[in-house]
Amino acid sequence: MKIAVAVDGSENALRAAKYAIELAVRFQKAQVAIIYVADHNKTKDEYLLSQSAESLTLKREQKFKKVVDYADEQQIKTTTIILKGKPSDEIIRYVNESNIDQLVIGSRGLNAFQEMLVGSVSHKVLKHAKCPVTLVK
Amino acid sequence: MLTMREQWFGNVRADILAGIVVGLALIPEALAFAFIAGVDPRVALYASFTISIVIAFVGGRPGMISAATGAMALVVVSLVAEHGLHYLLAATILTGIIQFLLGIFGVANLMRFIPNSVMLGFVNALGIMIFLAQMPYLVGGGILTYVFAIITLILVYVIPRFFTRVPAPLVAIVVMTVIAFLSGAHLQTIGDLGTMPATLPVFLLPDIPLTFETLKIILPYSLALAVVGLLESLLTAQVLDDMTDTPSNKNKEARGQGTANFVNGFFGGMAGCALIGQSIINAKSGGRGRLSTFIAGAFLMFLIIVLGDLVVDIPMPVLVGVMIFVSATTFNWGSFKFLKQAPKSESIVMIVTVGIILYTNNLAIGVIAGIILSSLFFVARISKVTVVKKGGTYEVNGPLFFASTTKFIEAFEHIHEEKITIDFENSHVWDESAVGAILKVKQKLEERNCTVQITGLNASSEKLYEQFT
Repeated sequence: MKIAVAVDGSENALRAAKYAIELAVRFQKAQVAIIYVADHNKTKDEYLLSQSAESLTLKREQKFKKVVDYADEQQIKTTTIILKGKPSDEIIRYVNESNIDQLVIGSRGLNAFQEMLVGSVSHKVLKHAKCPVTLVK
Repeated sequence: MLTMREQWFGNVRADILAGIVVGLALIPEALAFAFIAGVDPRVALYASFTISIVIAFVGGRPGMISAATGAMALVVVSLVAEHGLHYLLAATILTGIIQFLLGIFGVANLMRFIPNSVMLGFVNALGIMIFLAQMPYLVGGGILTYVFAIITLILVYVIPRFFTRVPAPLVAIVVMTVIAFLSGAHLQTIGDLGTMPATLPVFLLPDIPLTFETLKIILPYSLALAVVGLLESLLTAQVLDDMTDTPSNKNKEARGQGTANFVNGFFGGMAGCALIGQSIINAKSGGRGRLSTFIAGAFLMFLIIVLGDLVVDIPMPVLVGVMIFVSATTFNWGSFKFLKQAPKSESIVMIVTVGIILYTNNLAIGVIAGIILSSLFFVARISKVTVVKKGGTYEVNGPLFFASTTKFIEAFEHIHEEKITIDFENSHVWDESAVGAILKVKQKLEERNCTVQITGLNASSEKLYEQFT
């Protein structure tokens, strides 16, 4: 059983990740793939707000560190996947290419105004992912 | 690193498509930057064409887009106003020479020394200046001017929600120009302010006296252009490295920027550098190779020659609306959060950088002032030395060097004991000043009949200490 969860550092995504891990606990040999997408639209601003390339990498890793720690507590095996591009497209591509049995994703991300402009990531993923998708509120 | 062949033809289909998109996206800004610099649109369009084509061959970051830019335009405003176009072309050629030499001397390695607070100050000041440069075309233009600018601005933000194939600014420009045309609204157009080129650029020597006087006029501008151009280009290269997960040769890019500006000046173009916005558009559209940069420049020129007669009908308020969007994306809105969270010294560096740039109207001066200020803060921060007494042992904490010796010496001024140990376990002796200070302390204590023992020096500190004793 391969469960994937997409995280972006938001509280909502953290709840989704916890749900994914708790789901994995109920299955034997279930693994969780933690997907983080570095949004191409934000790279410039993130870069300027970090002291160096190394500190930017560190900041990105911090965004899913809590999830990895929680999985370790529950003794669930995880892999972390850092992708770059447009979040919805990258999540869909990865999920469809990697034989994922179940995708868990938060229903809303970081910013309501941005969601109005670029559209909801979760909606797009829900539409195009080939595996069952769980939306966590 | 990929071979030259792969850098050109490793991604042909996506590179061609992305290059076309970027070629479209280059037009509005090239026009607007020409107006900022106070030159004919031709000068910026020729620059964008020549720089793109040359840098496609000699750049160090495949897939990066270089052309006429706002940062460079803002530097040359007073040069153009006081001395005219030909001095700008000469300054562009000299900028190319300076950048090429800096590239040979490995200038890119110095980027590490520019803190992000200075870079933030740079982009924020740039955003503000681009915004302010639009005001003359907006203020006092009547109600219709405002209406067109505001509707354009709204369109630029809303269009990507539904349609992302063609850059939103271009769609907005086409829609608004058609509306202006059909409604017969009387608005200032690009044609009222300048002419479009109808031919490819040709080789020409700037018409200037080759004297020391001329050099004295253009050199300060060329130095500022060289600094600003390299700063924006190397920042853009770093952002692209991260977006595409590929490395780039920054010193080669610096030499490439130099070559491109050198050639560009002889073909009637104003100095340019990498464009962050367009480079990101290229990467997002799938452009990765040198071909994408080449196509962007070639397609831009093709469009201008074919569509030049239509471009002159674009109303200025529409271009202003697009440029307000550009200034808003240039400005880093995360800076406000940064000011709250970052250490005070970094916030001060950012604010001072912005302040000096806006006050002097010179991006280069602000950046250099910011770097100096942040270096001073850094030295001040690491020059904190404390001495803690533990029994008969005095522990020195913090590095000992020219800036921290005074505090160290003061700490031993009022000691009246017969025998003490100075422990350097948590310190490092960096230079002659440090050794001098230790010897001075030792000597003064011995004058007061106190025996001093030095312990805990690490290997390199010990070596330095032994050299002088």
